[in-house]
Amino acid sequence: MEKKIKELEEKAKVIRRHIVEMIGRCGSGHPGGSLSAADIITVLYFHILKHDPGNPKWENRDRFVLSKGHAAPVLYAALAEAGYFPKSYLKTLRQIGSSLQGHVDMLSLPGIEMSTGSLGQGLSAANGMALAARLDKRSYRVYAIIGDGESQEGQIWEAAMTAGHYKLDNLTVILDHNKYQIDGHVEEIKGIQPIADKWRAFRFNVIDGVNGHDIKAIIKALDDAQRHKGKPTMIIAETVKGKGVSFMENRPTEFHGKAPTKEEVIKALEELI
Amino acid sequence: MAELASTRDAYGKTLVELGKTNKNIVVLDADLAVSTKTSLFGKEFPDRFFDMGVAEQDMMSTAAGLASCGKVVFASTFAVFGSGRAWDQVRVSIAYTRSNVKIVVTHGGITTGEDGATHQANEDIAIMRAIPNMTVIVPADAIETVNVIKSLVKEHGPAYVRLSRLATPVIYSSADYDFKISKGVTISPGSDVSIIATGIMVSLAKVAAQQLEKEGISARVINIHTIKPIDKQLIIKCARETGAVVTAEEHSIIGGLGSAVAEVLAENMPVPMIRVGMMDMFGESGPPQELLEKYGLTSNSIVLAVKNVLKRK
Repeated sequence: MEKKIKELEEKAKVIRRHIVEMIGRCGSGHPGGSLSAADIITVLYFHILKHDPGNPKWENRDRFVLSKGHAAPVLYAALAEAGYFPKSYLKTLRQIGSSLQGHVDMLSLPGIEMSTGSLGQGLSAANGMALAARLDKRSYRVYAIIGDGESQEGQIWEAAMTAGHYKLDNLTVILDHNKYQIDGHVEEIKGIQPIADKWRAFRFNVIDGVNGHDIKAIIKALDDAQRHKGKPTMIIAETVKGKGVSFMENRPTEFHGKAPTKEEVIKALEELI
Repeated sequence: MAELASTRDAYGKTLVELGKTNKNIVVLDADLAVSTKTSLFGKEFPDRFFDMGVAEQDMMSTAAGLASCGKVVFASTFAVFGSGRAWDQVRVSIAYTRSNVKIVVTHGGITTGEDGATHQANEDIAIMRAIPNMTVIVPADAIETVNVIKSLVKEHGPAYVRLSRLATPVIYSSADYDFKISKGVTISPGSDVSIIATGIMVSLAKVAAQQLEKEGISARVINIHTIKPIDKQLIIKCARETGAVVTAEEHSIIGGLGSAVAEVLAENMPVPMIRVGMMDMFGESGPPQELLEKYGLTSNSIVLAVKNVLKRK
């Protein structure tokens, strides 16, 4: 297990390098919220999810929905590393004709389960997949990552009510709780606290206080979620926006939707060795 | 007076019939199942029916999730909510993904009546028509509704179908006519003018044509049930052969059938044209028939429009 954790930590570093490089190259994108989710995505794609990059439409695969669709680069990096498409393709991010759209597009890229970008919609879609699994008596699980700013969308709470009402225990939702949104600190813009209580009130099993950058802690939370019956699970992952790149961590709002310069990319890659 | 039949009843019954053989059909509603008649399906197949509560946006994206796992999903509510309230969810979750979700709404147009302006969808065709990948259909009667629903199940992809609250005059004697999505239907021949109508206005166009015939005017009546993709060839042919067009719809004259026909004619076969429909204004509470009179959605309005358009021929 220690070896596996070491491997995953290395993989997360590789994914962070891809994120910085691809956003830097194209000159636009969302580095902060991609970097904050990098460890969670790494654990999902390289340890938890039952999936087959050679057969992306395998019927009993686990489904993953990136409800915070602007973090597309972290998912593209993971899919490329997993073998869904060549890593060289990451260079085409946000370019005309590329399948690597600014926000994820399920029709153009294998491995994307739902097109997202307009916040709140992905969680509802994940519920639909979980209901389908139940109807078809299939064992696959559904995972969704949502964001802090996204938690201000009304649809998140409509979807929360649905998952709670239908007791979707084949659904695990992870909140990438990095505390920032484009305009600033979430609690200053429009506070979402007490967030764990909110999800409990919406009939979720809540696992809070999980260090979203500690591979071992992420694995444990996801395993616990899978074992919990009768309710969907919300994992509140405490994360740092821009995690892994010191100057992005210190300026979280500046690097929400802004690409690093060439010099910043070089500096960031030096930190991610 | 023609026989009346409810398009929403026809929808509910057809869903039940299809559900018996197609186990992939799943139906969602947003707390209006009794009104939209999806409750019939829910009663017969409770495991494949989900009442999403008063949460239309959640319903649309959930539908997309179910469809991504191979389900044929019907999502129903009132027209105002299925179009306007959940427009972005329809756009991104359903249309952008080309999901196999059929949005079938009831209570389209002013004949929603007593509930008033908030519940009268006069703009839904316009806003749904603007979304790429979306098919937009307004059946003319209950029989056509059955044909529409059965055809949609055979075709993969999103669609918006607008039904009425009221029972609608029956146009067709049987379901066995030349029905095809995107193909307009010639209801009656004529050579002086073409009345191109959709939904409940098709029956009023028929009445108008009979009235005009008595006055020596030969009006052709066309039913455009599919507003998108529209039957361009038929519309151009009508304009060429009759030289004047009147459109009739229970919808705003902005963005609906009238606009769609005008777009086709302006680029291909410009002829004098008048749109009969809801002017650019909100409705109000009242009995449906009285509202139709007040807002000019009558056979007389169509007759008047024909006479006016012929002056410009």
